Amino acid sequence: MNAFLALLVRDMRLATRAGGSAMLAVAFFAAVAALVPLGVGADLKLLGRIAGGVLWVAAVLAALLSLDRIFQSDFEDGSLELLVLGPLPSEAVALAKICAHWLTTGLPLTILSPVLALLFNLPARGYDALIASLALGTPAISAIGAIGAGLTLTVRRGGLILPLLILPLISPAVIFGAGAILASLDGLSNGAFPLLGAFSFVAVLLSPFAAAAAVRLNLQG
Amino acid sequence: MSERGLSWANLFEFANPKRFLDVSGWIIPWLAALTAILIGAGLYLGLFVVPPDYQQGDTVKIMFIHVPAALTAMFAYGAIAFASLIGLVNRHPLADVAAKTAAPLGATFTALALITGSLWGRPMWGTYWVWDARLTSFLILFFLYLGYIALWNAIEDEVRAAKAAAILALVGVVDVIIVKYSVEWWSTLHQGDSLFAQGGTLIAPVFKWPLFLMMGGYTALFILLWLIRIRTEILARRTRALLRREA
Repeated sequence: MNAFLALLVRDMRLATRAGGSAMLAVAFFAAVAALVPLGVGADLKLLGRIAGGVLWVAAVLAALLSLDRIFQSDFEDGSLELLVLGPLPSEAVALAKICAHWLTTGLPLTILSPVLALLFNLPARGYDALIASLALGTPAISAIGAIGAGLTLTVRRGGLILPLLILPLISPAVIFGAGAILASLDGLSNGAFPLLGAFSFVAVLLSPFAAAAAVRLNLQG
Repeated sequence: MSERGLSWANLFEFANPKRFLDVSGWIIPWLAALTAILIGAGLYLGLFVVPPDYQQGDTVKIMFIHVPAALTAMFAYGAIAFASLIGLVNRHPLADVAAKTAAPLGATFTALALITGSLWGRPMWGTYWVWDARLTSFLILFFLYLGYIALWNAIEDEVRAAKAAAILALVGVVDVIIVKYSVEWWSTLHQGDSLFAQGGTLIAPVFKWPLFLMMGGYTALFILLWLIRIRTEILARRTRALLRREA
């Protein structure tokens, strides 16, 4: 457990200090969201309606952008090999890195999202659902993203292929997450949260195994 | 062999590449003939014998090339996942080759299902594309296929590429089921199952026979092309190995 926490803290430090990309991902999130009204027009009614979906898509893109941080830099300087050989099972290494990625990407995005939602004129009754759905759903993005990051570890220009692998896999999170916000806007009973939670839970539970297998195979010979 | 039936032990006898080349070489002409007969008969019945539907008119006949394509696309993904599992567990190169070669076929059948579906949708729904549950899940399936193929092409080392692709295929098979339910929850406009509905099929008997023939024909076509592709891949790898030895 100590080793797990040590790795978690180390990864969070790396992400937040100079050269880390945590702040960049958050800035990217805001920039993508700011681009949407320029594209679809400034109709506040329309923007309020699509705010949840836009912020969800922007969150997915921002998380994708920082996925290479999970394994890539450790792989390049050789520390990933030491981590896998170390006392922690490689599945636990993957889980620690997933948690660190979420704490430095998903969580800040969730906290920032109400501010951006203001710019989108999201009706007041949508904010709870917005924050809850991002908090519940973004761990799934980090978890499934880690599988993609592990699989493309030795691929040159892996950043290009990673979105193609990951986006179809995380589409259920976007469907349930943005759906939950829309349902709360319409005042409907919200069945999306249990589904989103279940998807996120299963993703976080199973992804470390797939990600660890992917990392191990890329470390062999 | 006849007593044991199709057990694991003798399934792997055919997994020897040499054995596979012999047996598949013998099967292919017969399978090609079967494919031609099934698709020929299905198309003849479907296009010339079956009456136009009282609601859909002649457009109903798109069903005969659309529904089997969709089924084959899903069958192909199942085949990839199964071959990937065998490849990961038993580390057999033939399973890796089988998974790799099925993917472009599956992607093609998925594209065929999407295209024929949108051609049917234009006169029936008044638009080429609607974001309904099945269309959306098939579009996502298509992207899964593309990602799978891209991963195979991106990793140069064949053994490593096979393992990485197998992990992706197995993750994808869990995900594809969730995707299917999530998009169904999201929106539904597409008609429900009529062929395998509870309490027997809902489809009129005149339409049933050409549809079953076409389904058999598409499945046979998929297996035929798959066998040919596996043979090609085995021979290509052998050629590469020979060239490497010569160099």
